[in-house]
Amino acid sequence: MGRPVEIGEIVEAKVDFVMLNDITGPLTLKVLEEVGTDEPWDPSRVVVVLDHQSPACSVEAAAAHLKLREFSRKWSVKLFEVGEGVCHQVFMERGFAKPGSLVVGADSHTCTYGALGCFGTGIGSTDAAYALLKGRLWFRVPENFRILVHGKLPVGTFAKDLILHIIGKIGSDSATYMVVEFQGETISELGISDRMVLCNMGVEMGAKAALVAPDVKTLEWFRERGMEVPRVTSDPDAEWEREEVFEVSKLEPQVACPHRVDNVKSVSEVEGVEIDQAFLGSCTNGRVEDLLEAARILKGRRVHPRVRMVVSPASREVYLRALELGVIRTLIEAGATVVSPSCAACMGGHVGILGPGEVCISSSNRNFKGRMGSPEAEIYLASPATVAASAVEGKITDPRRYYG
Amino acid sequence: MARAWVFGDNISTDDIIAGKYLVKCDPKELAAHVMENIAPDFPKKIRPGDIIVAGRNFGCGSSREHAPLALKAAGISAVVAESFARIFYRNSINLGFPVLTSKVRGEFESGDEVELDLEKFVLRNLRSGKVISLNPLPPFILDILRAGGLIEYMKRK
Repeated sequence: MGRPVEIGEIVEAKVDFVMLNDITGPLTLKVLEEVGTDEPWDPSRVVVVLDHQSPACSVEAAAAHLKLREFSRKWSVKLFEVGEGVCHQVFMERGFAKPGSLVVGADSHTCTYGALGCFGTGIGSTDAAYALLKGRLWFRVPENFRILVHGKLPVGTFAKDLILHIIGKIGSDSATYMVVEFQGETISELGISDRMVLCNMGVEMGAKAALVAPDVKTLEWFRERGMEVPRVTSDPDAEWEREEVFEVSKLEPQVACPHRVDNVKSVSEVEGVEIDQAFLGSCTNGRVEDLLEAARILKGRRVHPRVRMVVSPASREVYLRALELGVIRTLIEAGATVVSPSCAACMGGHVGILGPGEVCISSSNRNFKGRMGSPEAEIYLASPATVAASAVEGKITDPRRYYG
Repeated sequence: MARAWVFGDNISTDDIIAGKYLVKCDPKELAAHVMENIAPDFPKKIRPGDIIVAGRNFGCGSSREHAPLALKAAGISAVVAESFARIFYRNSINLGFPVLTSKVRGEFESGDEVELDLEKFVLRNLRSGKVISLNPLPPFILDILRAGGLIEYMKRK
């Protein structure tokens, strides 16, 4: 362990892992080329995932993959191939994001690891190059921000609705440079998959990291993967720079409207908006629980004839489990198309790109103008249940009518 | 003379450089598409040394370093905004690209001639005659900027 530090102090800290993907990784290699060495400080602590433009969708993407494969072979760095899944999902499933560890990932949604009590933070390619060479990086010690959540989520609302509601209330830059910790009985009730949803979107309020303290569920999650991990928590007497309290027992399904993640409305306010595409996937909501929720609604129903539904399981593990559960069959029978585990439509670099004037409802994390392709397209963010219900009806739909 | 180009709040890294260009690593190629989705003519308007003046949360979203790389290669010499998203801020510093915060809302119009002084931390608007003070950068960050970025800084250490 190191030493106590103060908020605002700039420190150089040892990192436990450096994660690269196929859009930030090539730029990292370019920086390393300029340095004159690409030898990692510890090759077993570097992870590369080919997920954004995967399988390669252009000659340039293929060339980028080649470079990353060459690098990983040269230094025996672990590389997760095309089809393994979205970097964060893969990184967590393989047990790299341990409680109390510090992981820097060249992807903004590295904050997802906080769901397991790991301080994961997004960095750029130069930072990644420095960390890869040195095993260290500079950090400004962040302010802390506690988000306390009370109450039981009503039927038809999920972790996604909760985090959209929070971001809508406090704004997309409300936690800039801060570390957010989610606490309260609502959070304790949530499973690891749902905690990943919350922490994943921490960056959408500007957070440097987003955490949920490990508990018995966390330890059990690791045990299922054959690992024993420490249970680290924040100090019980911690002082919080900022605190917000939410009560969720009357929460309605939420939708983030174009073109900002904090432009959040209750589904009742936007019901009826016609859609062209429904996307179910991403590091936010592409897990088994999400696919199950969508399948529950789509079972025995059809995706609206005007709509195409694109599904990308977040990883190979998710895909296999969804196959075993019959979820993939249900989705395909309903008319969805299932694409390989990847970032898919989320960042507009690959499958499911939107044309001018098209509208997409998506279980992903960003609805910025042009994010999924045409700048004239519109993206609405919602829970997998709202995505599925909307896919059936061809327009944004309150999923609660499909429950009970 | 440098000029200011004014942008609003929450300019995302998707606005600065769209996802479809991220397979490119060549700064010049990226520069040709900077701000394409929100200001398609922008790259043509820039003269080397111009600055961007913006509102809150500039550079929010993705960790793509292509964003500050594209701005720098397009000839932009600095961004002055009310606030920055964290990863964009770090990436800029790491590339030796100055990013400064200040209350600039309403003080500039696009095309205003400006003078940025990074010694005194002021931005002068030559049209209005106003001198806007900028929040000074911490010495550690200034050292990285002066070295020309994190890699140069690392080499010198």
